[in-house]
Amino acid sequence: MGITEYIDLLFTDYTLQTVTLGTAVLGALCGMLGSFAVLRKQSLLGDAISHAALPGIAIAFLITETKNSNALLIGALISGLIGAFWIRGIVKNTHLKSDTALGLILSLFFGFGMLLLTFIQKMPNANQAGLNKYLFGQAATLVSSDVWTMCFIAGLSLLVLLVFWKEFKLLLFDADYAKSLGFNIKFLDVLITFFIVLCIVIGLQAVGVVLMSAMLLAPAAAARQWTNSLGVMVLLAAIFGSFSGVLGTAISASSSNLSTGPVIVLIAAVFVLFSFVFSPKRGLLFREIRYWNNRNDLQLHKTLAFMYNIAKTHKNKEHPHTVKILNNFQGFTKKSLQKLEDREYIKVNKSMWSLTEKGFDKASNLYNQLENNE
Amino acid sequence: MEKKYAITVDDLTVAYNYKPVLWDIDLAIPEGVLMAIVGPNGAGKSTLIKSILGIIKPIAGSVKIFGKPYKKQHQEVAYVPQKGSVDWDFPTTALDVVMMGTYGSLGWIKRPGQKEKKAALEALEKVGMLSFKSRQISQLSGGQQQRIFLARALVQNASIYLMDEPFQGVDATTEKAIINILKELRKAGKTLIVVHHDLQTVPEYFDWVTFLNVKKIATGPVKDIFNDGNLTKTYGINYKVSVQE
Amino acid sequence: MSSAQIEIQIIACLVAVACAIPGTFLVLRKMAMISDAISHSILPGIVIGFFLTEDLNSPWLILLAAMTGVITVVLVEFIQKTGLVKEDTAIGLVFPTLFSIGVILIAKNANDVHLDVDVVFLGELAYAPSYRFLINGMDLGPKSLWVIGTILLVTLLLLITFFKELKISTFDKQLAATLGFSPVVVHYGLMSIASVTTVGAFDAVGAILVVALMIAPAAIAYLLTNDLKKMLVIAVFSGIASALTGYWIAHYLDASIAGSIATVLGVLFLLVYLFAPKKGLISVLFRQKRQQMEVYLLTFLLHLQNHTEESERHLNHLSEHINWGKIRSKTVLDLALKNNMIIIENNIISLTEKGQGFTEKAIDYITTNSTVAIEKMKEDFFLFRG
Repeated sequence: MGITEYIDLLFTDYTLQTVTLGTAVLGALCGMLGSFAVLRKQSLLGDAISHAALPGIAIAFLITETKNSNALLIGALISGLIGAFWIRGIVKNTHLKSDTALGLILSLFFGFGMLLLTFIQKMPNANQAGLNKYLFGQAATLVSSDVWTMCFIAGLSLLVLLVFWKEFKLLLFDADYAKSLGFNIKFLDVLITFFIVLCIVIGLQAVGVVLMSAMLLAPAAAARQWTNSLGVMVLLAAIFGSFSGVLGTAISASSSNLSTGPVIVLIAAVFVLFSFVFSPKRGLLFREIRYWNNRNDLQLHKTLAFMYNIAKTHKNKEHPHTVKILNNFQGFTKKSLQKLEDREYIKVNKSMWSLTEKGFDKASNLYNQLENNE
Repeated sequence: MEKKYAITVDDLTVAYNYKPVLWDIDLAIPEGVLMAIVGPNGAGKSTLIKSILGIIKPIAGSVKIFGKPYKKQHQEVAYVPQKGSVDWDFPTTALDVVMMGTYGSLGWIKRPGQKEKKAALEALEKVGMLSFKSRQISQLSGGQQQRIFLARALVQNASIYLMDEPFQGVDATTEKAIINILKELRKAGKTLIVVHHDLQTVPEYFDWVTFLNVKKIATGPVKDIFNDGNLTKTYGINYKVSVQE
Repeated sequence: MSSAQIEIQIIACLVAVACAIPGTFLVLRKMAMISDAISHSILPGIVIGFFLTEDLNSPWLILLAAMTGVITVVLVEFIQKTGLVKEDTAIGLVFPTLFSIGVILIAKNANDVHLDVDVVFLGELAYAPSYRFLINGMDLGPKSLWVIGTILLVTLLLLITFFKELKISTFDKQLAATLGFSPVVVHYGLMSIASVTTVGAFDAVGAILVVALMIAPAAIAYLLTNDLKKMLVIAVFSGIASALTGYWIAHYLDASIAGSIATVLGVLFLLVYLFAPKKGLISVLFRQKRQQMEVYLLTFLLHLQNHTEESERHLNHLSEHINWGKIRSKTVLDLALKNNMIIIENNIISLTEKGQGFTEKAIDYITTNSTVAIEKMKEDFFLFRG
């Protein structure tokens, strides 16, 4: 299926519209709440919770014997929350570290979920096919009621974030200070954790247990590189998340046999990679360029300081000197002289150079700075 | 009339993991003093501040701010935490951090407006950081970060200031600027309690001092009690070495 | 029991042992989540290896896939060093990406590759005996038995040879560096072993259950002992026990063997978590309660020692000033009386000589050993329990 065909379908095909809307909303929700998870240094908690949701889905299916997504969602939510609180319990009450607790809950809950799933698959009433979509996600199975649920939860999360924006910001940055100002940080903590778990759980159907955590982290990690404002970061993360969702769904819908989860995650990963390298303020590329510029500047400053020391000995500071004098000093080249001239720090006349007024001032400033630093 | 106390601490005992870090502390801090809390590492100085602020729950004893529990009085108290206690890579600006000082008086849900912004800008100016207001906080030097924290506390417009090592890792200029602001605040009748490490500057900076080492060793005016006897009791025999440093 | 059943159980046990050994060190080094990352990110390595060798049990495939595991670790460390994101986020970004590449590679080449993501991910031990290792037509047993057996043998050899180095670099990195063996070499050595083991075990038990077999036995052992050697032994045996029990439960339920093994591990962990003699939840809560009481008592005694004035030592003062409720005040008072630490006359409480001596020692101990727990002193002194 080509791009144009896809766009045509997008305007005509109801199912595709539903699915696209669903992943867009889901991506935005994940981006928003993921920003909080990342800033709270709970990046891997999402991974553990999404895996821990699996047995809940299986048990909900065993009890209700339907594939009603809302029933399965509640099962997933309960089991995800149990996992989240058990992790806290392990860290609090034993000497096991948080990474072990995360890994334990993740693998043990998932294993139990697998046991149940394989058990269900071999049950006689073969209504069970399709639970596998929760492993890697199949956005195409979203129906309009699922999308309504997503929209509702996304709206609710947005509302809660807006209402408690200032409190959440304070909690994330400085929890002790928040407490000293009289805010109930336990309430805020439970609130934000609950919404993160909820977000993970409703994403399972489209993105799957295995990759859900990346959906939470990647847009936030990418967004962080472009801004120094929490609000802009959350907004950007939501946009990145939406784009990953929509593009991922489009690609996976246009080729057979591709689960949505991995495609969405790869697209989000491209966002991350691009941001890591090309973000103007924090990106690796510009960091490297800045580093080289600084090095060059340092070199020029050294040359200038050397010239200053020579010029200082003359009454007339703009007195010309031969370039040869500089030979004692190793760090100059024609290019660096040229650069100094471009900045109007020196004048070069054939084989003679002289400091300008501006150059002398600059050099004496640099010199004083050096003195002060020592 | 009986002397008015800004903070009264009564039989306060605090334990971490059931190991006491503060033992049966009684403390009455008069209004309007500029007080240093001194003591060796692990003496419970930060713990004392955090217990006064209700951040840590004590296992025994009580704290009163102007005669009432902290919960009812949190608007009277401003807190300057240790600089290392937060993530300075957090996506926010200097002005934004200072604005946080207004959140307490705003209460739940209400957003800061023009009035709060104006107060924050004034506080930034007072600490000499106005030109850095839009700077991302990770791009500030240690001294500048400490000034931002001080400005955040100033915005609270409180009567009591609790500061946890405000001079740690700051340059000499910042230290002078901070102490000047503290002295100004005291002149305005505020009460200031400062966890302090540098024993040599205690007589110069402070007028009141509390020696702490798990137990309270002594508390009172610097000129009366800041002496070798109390220092030895607090720091053990090694105190002279630490003064010479 | 058919021979296939016996073979499956032997493979399961070998996998459990091969996972438990590196797992123990990962848990001790606070790197448990790295095993999760490796178990996912080897997938593209496996797929590419499969394109080249067309044999899931080929040693080349195993090495190639293991290299992807080590690359993951390097990538994670690189991202952490850039400081662009916080520690954990780096792990959370790298492995899903690599895993997604693997899944898509499989899907895109579905016609050429007879690899099923479900199998890679979940494993199917039940089919293990059907792939035989043949030399000149002679049947030498299932291939995966040989694969995992070899890996286990190498792991054991390395463990025995470098036990001292592993131990020191796990518990004291600086000491290890000064003694001359580089922590970096040990680190990457361990990462390589973990990767190889994960690859070797994945087609038997699946990627995620490798994580369970690495972390859970180690965590169980961690709650039961402090000694490294004992920890390894306990981890190995709880791995084997779960493998065998898990197999029979799966057989009975006709469900996934790997899932069943993980479930047994989960139950085992839950039991240890609750009932472990020293570090279990119940014992921890019980001890906390006792310690809490002891601290209350100390607080109370110290208060008496601090205040000679009678008003501070009046019975009513207890609940008023110390801010304790009636019940707590009474328990503390009874405890002090029972231990002859105090006497009460006319509602005024005074310390006895014993109480005085004890309190002084306690203060002295706490102020001078502020970093050491008070537990030992209390054992020397206290006769009471609760």
